[in-house]
This record gives sequence, C-alpha cells and structure tokens, in this order.
Amino acid sequence: MKNLTKKQKSLLTRILVSAALFAAAVVLEHAVKAAWSEWAAAGFFIAAWALCGYDVVVKAVTNIGHGQIFDEHFLMTLATVGAFCLMDFAEGAGVMLFFQVGELFQNIAVDRSRKSVAALMDLRPDVAWVIKDGEALECDPEDVVVGDLLRVLPGERIPVDGVVVSGCSSVDTSKITGESVPADLGPGGKVLSGCINITGELTIRAESAYAESTVARILELMDSANEGKSTMESLMTRFARYYTPCVVIGAVLLALVPPLFDGMTFTKWIVRALNFLVVSCPCAMVISVPLSFFSGMGAVSKAGMIAKGGIALENLAKANTVVLDKTGTLTTGRFAVAQVQSNIMDKKELLALVAGAESKSNHPIARAIVDAVGKEGWQVTDLQELPGKGIAATVNGRKVLAGNSRLMEEQGFSYPESLTGTVVYAAVDGEYAGCILLEDQVKPGAAQALQRLSALGVRESVMLTGDREAAAKPAAQKLGITKWFSGLLPQDKVRKVEQLMEGGRRVIFVGDGVNDAPVLAKATVGVAMGGVGSDAAVEAADLVLLKDDLKSLPTAVRIARKTVGIAQSNIIFALAIKLLVLGLSVFGFVTMWLSIFADVGVAVLAILNATRCMYYKKEN
Amino acid sequence: MRKTYELEELDCANCAAKMEAAVNKMPEITKCTITFMTSRMAITVPDNTDLDALLPKIQKEISKVEPDTRIVVK
Repeated sequence: MKNLTKKQKSLLTRILVSAALFAAAVVLEHAVKAAWSEWAAAGFFIAAWALCGYDVVVKAVTNIGHGQIFDEHFLMTLATVGAFCLMDFAEGAGVMLFFQVGELFQNIAVDRSRKSVAALMDLRPDVAWVIKDGEALECDPEDVVVGDLLRVLPGERIPVDGVVVSGCSSVDTSKITGESVPADLGPGGKVLSGCINITGELTIRAESAYAESTVARILELMDSANEGKSTMESLMTRFARYYTPCVVIGAVLLALVPPLFDGMTFTKWIVRALNFLVVSCPCAMVISVPLSFFSGMGAVSKAGMIAKGGIALENLAKANTVVLDKTGTLTTGRFAVAQVQSNIMDKKELLALVAGAESKSNHPIARAIVDAVGKEGWQVTDLQELPGKGIAATVNGRKVLAGNSRLMEEQGFSYPESLTGTVVYAAVDGEYAGCILLEDQVKPGAAQALQRLSALGVRESVMLTGDREAAAKPAAQKLGITKWFSGLLPQDKVRKVEQLMEGGRRVIFVGDGVNDAPVLAKATVGVAMGGVGSDAAVEAADLVLLKDDLKSLPTAVRIARKTVGIAQSNIIFALAIKLLVLGLSVFGFVTMWLSIFADVGVAVLAILNATRCMYYKKEN
Repeated sequence: MRKTYELEELDCANCAAKMEAAVNKMPEITKCTITFMTSRMAITVPDNTDLDALLPKIQKEISKVEPDTRIVVK
C-alpha cells in the first residue's frame, strides 16, 4: 500500500467508501422490509456510483467536447446511466465500481513494472569526487574532464571510464558487462563507468568525459531502445481503432433493430445493448502487448543484454538460422599451440628450441609458441629473420630453422603435407625435426551456446570469416559447425546473409563489431557482441550482448519466445472472451456483471500474465 | 532533429496510441512515437523548428485525449 502514488491512494479510498455504500445499499434492498427501503437503496447505489465514478463522467463530458466520442469513459458512463434508467441501480453502481477497481489495478501493475525495469536500468552515477589540491570536491559526473583524478568510495558508482591510480578494490560490473563475478582491481586496472565499487577506496584517472563513457552510451541506447514497437503492438493499436466503433455501432443496432420484429420490446434489447458498451474498451489487449514486451526487455537487460524494442524480440523469437562471424565471436583471435609433432626428438624440447628462435619476434604466432613454453632464458645467437618464410637461429648451441612450408622446400627438407591449419615446421641441426600446429582459440561457451540455440530450434549455424580456409576449418570442426565460408570480404558477408534470407530463412547475425555493421543491419536480427565498444555496430544491431559470452544469445532467444508467446496468448484470450460475451449478450445470456468481468477481469489477468515476461530461468 | 520528452500521468495504453496518432497528424511533425511503458514521447521535426512554439500545440493535442497528461520539459 505504501508504494502507491497520491492519485492511486485517493482512487483506492474512493473505491473503498463506495464499496461500503454499495454494501449498505444491498442490505437495505434485501434485508429491510419497509416502503422507503427500496428508494433509499437506490439513493445509496447512486451515491456509490457518483463517488467512485465522478471523474469518469467528467472525462466523458470533456472528451466529447474534444470530439472523442468512442471514449471508454463515455461508454462506461452511458452503460451505467442506461442501467439506472432501466431501474437496475445495483448493476449500474457495481459496474462502475468494478471498472474503477480494474483501472486502479492496471495503474498499479503498470507502475510496478515501470519501476522494476527502471531499477534495472538505474546505472547513472550520481556524483563524482574530483581531487583538487589533495581535497575531494563533489561535482556532477558531466563536469569531469579527461585527466582529472577522482576518488571513488565503496558503495559508489564509478562516474566515468578511467584507470586506477591507487587503491585496491572489488568492483561489481554486472550491470555494465553482464559479468556476475566482481572484478578485482589494483593500480593500472581499467574501470568502466557505471560499475559499483564494493570494498575499498579507489583513486582513478578519468579517461573519458561522461558523455563518451560506457554508462552514458548504455543509457542512451536503452533510452532509444523502446521505440522499436513490435508489429504485434502496431497491429493491436490499429485493431483497437476499429474495435470500439464497431462494437458501439453493434450496440446501437441491437437496441433499435430487433425490437421492430419483437413486438417493440425496447427495454429487453437495450439491456443487451448496454452489455456491448461495457466490453467495448479494448484496453486489456492494447495494454498487455506493450507490457509483455517491456517486461521481456527488462528480463533481457537483467541477463546482461540490451534489446532494441519489441520488434527485436519479435524477430529473435522467429529466427531459425544463426550466422556468426568467426574471429571475436566464436574464437578469441589469439593463436595457441594445439599440437607438436616430432619423430626424432622430445616434443617439449622441439617446442623449446623453436620458442627460443622466435623469442625476439612480436608476430602473434611467435608469441603463442613462446607462451606455450612459459619460461625464458635461451641463449640465442646468429638470429636471422627470413621475411615471408620464417626464422633461423642458434639456440643453446643448436641450429634451428623454423618457418612455413616454403622455407622447408627451399632448404630441401621433406615434411608431412597433410596438415591443415597454421603450422610452423622446424629443422634442427640440418635435419627435419617436426612441426608445431597452432589454432585460433575457440571461445569458452561458444560450442555450448550453439547447441542450446539448436535445441531451441535455431537449427542451422553458419560461420563466416575473412580468414583462410586453413584457419576456418579447424575452428568450425571444433565447434561442430558444418557450414562455413572462408576468405570473405565484408561485402561478401552481406551477400551470404542476403542469400540465406532470400531462401526464406530468418537470420540472426552475430558479430563483434569493427566492420560488421552492414551485415548487422541487413540480418533479421543483428547481434553485437562484447559491449558498447563499437558505435557503428551498436547502432546497427538489434540486440547488444554486454557480456563477451555467446551463451547470452540462447537466453535472449528463450526470453523472446516466452514474451511473444505470452503476448499472443493474451490477445487470443482477451479477444475470445470479449467475442464470447458479445455473442452471448445478443441472445440475452449475459448480465452486466459478466460483461464487466469480461472487461476488467480479462485486463487484470492479461496484465498479470504479461508481468511473467520479466522472469526467466538462468542457465550456466 | 529528434527530441524526447517525458509524459506525466500517462495512464492508459489506448490513450497513448490515440495521442500518437493525433500528434502524427500535425503538419509540423515528421514522426512521433509515444511509448506507453516508458511514458516517453519521441518526435522528429525539421531542423529549423521552433520547439517552444510547437510544444504547446502538441500539448493541446495530448490534452484532447487525456486532460491530465503533461509534457515535461527538462
């Protein structure tokens, strides 16, 4: 009760007092046997009606002045006044009472859902403490200048992106990166704005102004995110525009036409027509669709993602194919030693020798080999780079020659040619010694994510990459992907996605940014992975995964399916009940009590159902 | 030029849809989206539009649908 707004509280009070009056009237009508009791009861009923419904009547009158004839307030007023005219005082008052109960409930439910989603999106840092001459001065995060030193106390939000200068602390990054485990930071560590400092005091140097910081960009994104309305919502709005006038015209016809053939029994048909007016408001359907999608988007942000509007969820729910960029999405883009082959010496020894030869190089493959050994301290002499081929050196007194197949051919060594992928061949002391196989590292969770997507009915996974076939194939095989295309330029990726879509597929494209924007925009659902780093990608995407983890994607698909399912069931349920009531009231099987249930009760149930979208089951 | 405003006391989804339709009919407006759930109105208008003059007109259209709803200018 304490969370109600002033307006809601006053409506609640009016409803309660009016309900008491209503109860008194019922007692008077049925339990008191006196000549005056019936009229007194009628007075009480009308008082109850006026108390809880006066604002409805006022709105009805003013809105007619504005040319809004088919306004729900007007129709409700007409229906209840009509009931009074037919001497059905209890019905008139009761219907108004229930209508207001429904309004109040709707209002509270919408407020709750707005607040809980707003709480999820509450990332804005309130204050920045700028250190000037050794003193921390309170200031607005927007006034922070790059290079300022800032103090962040435990419990506060980091105001702008920066680097830790001094202090150690754990930082809760869950709302910014989706990572639920707090990050431990010390001097030199990068901090993102919007994260919450948990344990210790930090001094950070601002690296961006507030407007360019991560949190400002996420907030901006969320702000504009809601405008992409789902087709279901637009459809509902359009339907509502016709529904009310049609029902009202139906009511008028029902009141006027049948009596002509039924011995001029106008009262009987007017009673039935009034039922029409009570169910003429399409509110239950109109509200439940955006509420469902809004709650679904709340669930998506809870899971560390931002969906751009109901339309994004709707498309995500329909998708049946996932197309993924390789590097950065499925693989880390970092090479690692996968295998060492040698027939003449210990594998570790070969690896160590090659690592020694490569130890001065900065090439990613060289780094990967050195990292695989993990220690240094070679005696390297006679180092000679052989551009485009490899390297020659004397390591710990042994002559090492390491490089690609061209080098081996040139030096006249025979080597196994059957290997695919990135291979470094090595000869030691003038003899072919073996080779080292390197692979791009598959991201943890990528294979699991694809399995889950497939289980959800996103059956086909296609990998696209600009890399050579030799690098694409092992990655695809490791991930269990059967269809991939290598050596693609960015425009080729767009064409591949277009081809799939022309074949009737609804495609999710996942990319990590840099040059994926055109494909993200083209796909049914574009998914940008790894935060708000790349502006172009985030702009073009429909779904942004804040966490660098592909496993978020199946979660998003599940939430989207659930949301769309709930929205659909709400529409069908509400529509079916209303049509049923309309149909039955033509034949006089329906009282106004049942009609008001069809209106308010259905709205309440639909709203309760819609709020279910906010919850989703976590999967690890 | 695109601008967003908060709407106070936007209580009914159907009204939001009606308001959106009404504002979209105004000749000065290129596009208007009213999102019921976030109580926000986003309008797109030509770059040289005088917003101070336009907002009261939009408010008038909105009030016709729901007298309590107000545009909040931050």
